[in-house]
Amino acid sequence: MTILNPHTPLQSTPLLEARDLTCIRGQRALFEGLSFGISSGECLHVSGENGVGKTSLLRLLSGLSRPELGEVLWDGKSIVSDSVSYRHQLLYMGHRDALKEDLTSLENLEMYAVLDNVALSQENALATLWRFGLRGREDLPVSCLSAGQKRRVLMARMITRQAKIWILDEPFNALDSNAVQILQKLIEEHIDAGGIVILTSHQALVIEGLRVLKL
Amino acid sequence: MNALLGIIHRDLLLVMRRKSEVLTALFFFVIVTSLFPLGIGADGALLRKIAPGVIWVAALLSTLLGLQRIFSADYADGTLEQMVLSPQSFVLLVAGKIVAHWLVCGLPLVILAPIIGIQFDMDAGSLKVLILALLLGTPVLSLIGSIGAALTLGVRGGSVLMSLIVLPLYIPVLIFGAGAVYANTVGLDISGHFSLLGALLILALAFVPWVSAVAVKIAIE
Amino acid sequence: MSQKNTLSNKRFMNWFRLSSPMTFYPVAGKLIPFFWVLAFLFGVAGLWVSFFVAPIDAVQGQGYRIIFIHVPTSWMSMFIYLVMAGWAGLGLVFNTRLSSMMAQALAPIGAWMAFMSLWTGAFWGKPMWGAWWVWDARLTSELILLFLYLGFIALQASIDNPRRADKAGAVLVLVGVVNVPIIYFSVKWWNTLHQGASISMTKAPAMAQTMLWGMLLMALALWMYSIAVALMRVQAIILERESHADWVRQLGEVKS
Repeated sequence: MTILNPHTPLQSTPLLEARDLTCIRGQRALFEGLSFGISSGECLHVSGENGVGKTSLLRLLSGLSRPELGEVLWDGKSIVSDSVSYRHQLLYMGHRDALKEDLTSLENLEMYAVLDNVALSQENALATLWRFGLRGREDLPVSCLSAGQKRRVLMARMITRQAKIWILDEPFNALDSNAVQILQKLIEEHIDAGGIVILTSHQALVIEGLRVLKL
Repeated sequence: MNALLGIIHRDLLLVMRRKSEVLTALFFFVIVTSLFPLGIGADGALLRKIAPGVIWVAALLSTLLGLQRIFSADYADGTLEQMVLSPQSFVLLVAGKIVAHWLVCGLPLVILAPIIGIQFDMDAGSLKVLILALLLGTPVLSLIGSIGAALTLGVRGGSVLMSLIVLPLYIPVLIFGAGAVYANTVGLDISGHFSLLGALLILALAFVPWVSAVAVKIAIE
Repeated sequence: MSQKNTLSNKRFMNWFRLSSPMTFYPVAGKLIPFFWVLAFLFGVAGLWVSFFVAPIDAVQGQGYRIIFIHVPTSWMSMFIYLVMAGWAGLGLVFNTRLSSMMAQALAPIGAWMAFMSLWTGAFWGKPMWGAWWVWDARLTSELILLFLYLGFIALQASIDNPRRADKAGAVLVLVGVVNVPIIYFSVKWWNTLHQGASISMTKAPAMAQTMLWGMLLMALALWMYSIAVALMRVQAIILERESHADWVRQLGEVKS
């Protein structure tokens, strides 16, 4: 685990690059002039106390909000001007579950497949859900699942989404130790396959090759 | 196109799982129209005269009631954010949600209106004009209303504020829609009213989904 | 937009430099007394023409003179809405805070003009037509314009995040600006359809030249007044929204 100074000059050609990011919330500047780069196969852990701007940074990187100054580049191109291809490769998970409570977990996955423009057969969807221990629960409305089980549905989505870059905001919330292991393994597999992960977490993480960005 | 149908399918599915919300908006429509004879008196000639206006105003108010859920449910559970981040065109997704809203809130009004019209002793010719006008007008109501719904997402007192914002914008639809029925009863030509309603519909279809998409993104920032 | 134009032409200032609240604040301060003086001068001239020069109307007697307030406030309410939309649009497209602050400053002034127009319309209507309110096309459109203003003000007041309030308000006022001609047209249509056209504020007999001059002068007075008040309001808004900035804390007014 290497501690990264937020103002370190950029490494070799990074895939995702933040340049001079400045974020203002209310009357304060949360951070200014933040620059860093992430290459394929890396996992970045954004750490810091509550309220320091971790979620704001993640939202800036995902393109949900615009920075006051600075820009985010994907593969050399601004995510604002070339947003469609960036969104194709992006999976963002925020604080809320983003599941429709009245639909079943299977229906949720299938709806996301349409939204994410990925092909997903029903067998594939079911297999993924079973992989995460939801066999027998695929046809229940999500409102009937426990918090941990809902998170497992989201893990299933991480697989079916087939995105290159994962931006996860507190993904380990509400997970039991078993599920924490599963998620960590998922992240490691994703990185090994050349993907990028950016996450925040209050827990200590055991992931190979983790970089830390302290805000 | 797939995404458009997908979103419409999803929203309709969600409505089917929670029918009570939709039905309350429709009951509201029926109840509001019934209040007028109770307030004004059951004089047949008077009721026949005010019927188009009453039905149209009730349609406006019921559409507003239904609009409260168009984005707010998705905003609350985080799925709206996911739609904004989707590689699909967000404008298309918003258009799909508006279509679903109209199918659930607008179309039933068109079907219910003749029944209310009969309660107000409207004749067959007027009923036909009313149905046609509502058919053209209610999509415009769903469209324009979606802008108000998007602007007031997550805001305190959002539903009342949305009504304040949207109702002035509804006035042209009300005037042309109710005016068409009234003109028909006094024997005037109604083609002008319908061309205007049609023009409003085309204008709204062309621009509003994009405006609402912009408004949603502002709310999500 | 015109007030900034004359200033920048005279002093060759860079347009975009003025778009920072910090540089605009003192500029506004210098302009305000200038516009108050203009408003006073035009106002005096206008009132003099209205009361002493314009002839007594054959039908309506002395009471018609309220038209010299009613018509100019009506014009101003519509003009301010357009200007507001322009500023808000600029703020949305170029992401400049000051443009949005201008729009925010103008809204209550425009609403007040619309309200005055309706109020004076009622005062004119009562002695002339026997009713405090008539549903003619102009008054009804004015009423709807007031609703549009109130909607904008309410929306901005309800959203806590000022940047979101700016952008949401801008979308609303731009949608409103597109709708204003449609609404006006539909109300005129409604009016003729329901045969209310016999009583109309706009159907005054052909106006004497002097009457037109009186209205023009009053309109100019109101315009200068609006600019003065808008500049004062925008100063207050700047202080409020930039209160965390160092230059605000250094200001004389704030320090005391």
